[in-house]
Amino acid sequence: MTTARDRILSRVRASLGANDDAARKDMAARRIAEHPVTLLPERATRSGEALYAQFRALLEGQQATIVEVAEASAVPAAVLDYLVASGLPASIRIGEDARLASMPWTDTEGLTVLKGAAEAGDRAGLSHAIAGISETGTLVIAAGRDNPVTLAFMPETHVVVVERHSIVASYEAALAIVRERFGANGMPRTLNYISGPSRTADIGGKIVIGAHGPRRLGIIVAG
Amino acid sequence: MHIETPHFKSNARAALADPQLQRALAGLPGGLVAQRAAARDRLPEFEALRDAGRDLRNDTLSLLDVYLETYEKNATAAGAHVHWGETGREACDIILDICRKAGARLVAKGKSMISEEIALNAHLEAAGLEVVETDLGEYILQIRGETPSHIIAPAIHLTQEQVEADFRRTHAALPEGRRLVEPAELVSEARHVLREKFLTAEVGITGANFLVAETGSSVIVTNEGNGDLTQSLAKVHIVIASIDKVLATREDLASILRLLARSATGQECTTYATVSTGPRRPGDVDGPEAYHVVLLDNGRAELLGSRFREVLRCIRCGACMNHCPVYGAVGGHAYGWVYPGPIGSVMTPALIGVAKGGNLPNASTFCGRCEAVCPMKIPLPGLMRHWREAEFEDKLPPLTQRLALGAWAWLARRPRLYHLAMRFAAAGLGAIGRRHGRFRRLPLAGSWTRHRDLAAPQGRTFQQLWTERERGVPQ
Repeated sequence: MTTARDRILSRVRASLGANDDAARKDMAARRIAEHPVTLLPERATRSGEALYAQFRALLEGQQATIVEVAEASAVPAAVLDYLVASGLPASIRIGEDARLASMPWTDTEGLTVLKGAAEAGDRAGLSHAIAGISETGTLVIAAGRDNPVTLAFMPETHVVVVERHSIVASYEAALAIVRERFGANGMPRTLNYISGPSRTADIGGKIVIGAHGPRRLGIIVAG
Repeated sequence: MHIETPHFKSNARAALADPQLQRALAGLPGGLVAQRAAARDRLPEFEALRDAGRDLRNDTLSLLDVYLETYEKNATAAGAHVHWGETGREACDIILDICRKAGARLVAKGKSMISEEIALNAHLEAAGLEVVETDLGEYILQIRGETPSHIIAPAIHLTQEQVEADFRRTHAALPEGRRLVEPAELVSEARHVLREKFLTAEVGITGANFLVAETGSSVIVTNEGNGDLTQSLAKVHIVIASIDKVLATREDLASILRLLARSATGQECTTYATVSTGPRRPGDVDGPEAYHVVLLDNGRAELLGSRFREVLRCIRCGACMNHCPVYGAVGGHAYGWVYPGPIGSVMTPALIGVAKGGNLPNASTFCGRCEAVCPMKIPLPGLMRHWREAEFEDKLPPLTQRLALGAWAWLARRPRLYHLAMRFAAAGLGAIGRRHGRFRRLPLAGSWTRHRDLAAPQGRTFQQLWTERERGVPQ
């Protein structure tokens, strides 16, 4: 018995005038193994100060707030300051991320840190980004147990910690970090590229910040 | 979705006479056009990226069967259930079956043009399910009982005042005297109302902007974050994607993303791009317990073998409709089916047949702006021309039109006779029209002269003038 799958695939092959042959499979396998970079625009090849300045300017242009701290140990205090400055309760929820866990949360007086997936009443969620991308001002979050995806979308405020050294020039450079962490073809359950607080232009074409996702995106750059 | 395409002409006339629609259309496409141009100017490599994007999509489509199998293998290894639907009906049945097995009563939906194409909502609702659109624009249309008029800005045909009236009518439980003046207040209300739906839906359905063969992933690209809530909070996530959406690698995805948002809205990138691979994993505290992908053919495999193959490169940015003078004048609904604008004029006859969709490829001035802005360089006017030929060959236009076209073609293929005829026509019309320089009325040209005058020829044809110029005769 032929299945819908077989019929679709044989129609595709008939349309391409192709057989189910080894040479074509090799071509596809080679492209995947080599994952060539097609064309990098200049802005995706910057380094040093220019790379960081672009990252910062693009995110700020999208109404994200960037706070810089000298080292990872200063992150919890910076998170507390950001919440207070934003007029929010001093409470935030995080996952099991090892980098975040190594920071001195319990020493930060006045800050309540909750664990787990976001809940309906949560005002703020905290994630750790495995990379930042300069060319479009984008944070890369490998969501899963360590960084529950709901923390990035349910609360009105999302705070993201990213290390200065993991802010790279391009999507392709960020993918190298993903491959290093998850293996050649491996992926987290969701890889989230985030480039600002949520927005919509669906009412009269006017941009409104804060649609279904966060209204506020705070970024703590460490190091 | 109900097919209104055969009535394009009367629908277009009605759209032109609709003051509310004309008001909504007036400002918006212009803004998107300017924003795209600004984004292109900020990226010097934009044109080179278009060439690269076109080549990359061509390469992928030429190995489509292999990439689909690779995608399926890798998605399955990550825990996805991959289904195949040859027709819209089949895909609808597969999705309904998954919803039933999940014991679903409420289904949250992210934006998906494919779901419009296969009329998924109607199918699920007929089986007793409640379906809620969560993209703000789509939600507004759902409570109005309308369909999208644009593929990325579905409610572009509505004004803020219309939305306010709809919210007051639908959200009857909220206080009557509440303030809904600013767009932000309307957005806030929708966020509040829909959050409840996200939290109770048992199934979340999203489309897919792309599939990635390398990792077996599906990709959604959004600004609102509704797609992410849809797919993260429900027990079951169902992705509906057509077979042409597959890309080879994550690097290829990066190349395409560089073009998509810039072409669509002039953003450097959308706020969110989410690459999903499989269901929740051991130890995860959120995410769906089951992840299904329904791969839909619905005519694409055959399209791949036709002269319309290039249309499958489309990444659904909407630039062609934003730049189309016909779309700008009549809006998306007049096109009468799912895909409006130039891309719709090529896709629609392919998907519903030229007998029903043949009107659309004729609704073009062939000005060529759509092709000039298409990030995938799809030769849209050329493809529309193929449809006009197909329509003519199938004897679909009215007899008088076919006779006139046949006569014209006969003449145009005989250059000497043609030039002679044109000489007589130009000289004759030139002599008659010399006094006023233009015609207010002209036999056989009533459709033109009803709206504007026809300039009178100056007596000689272009060919004559050109020949004289080549010979050095002073003009």
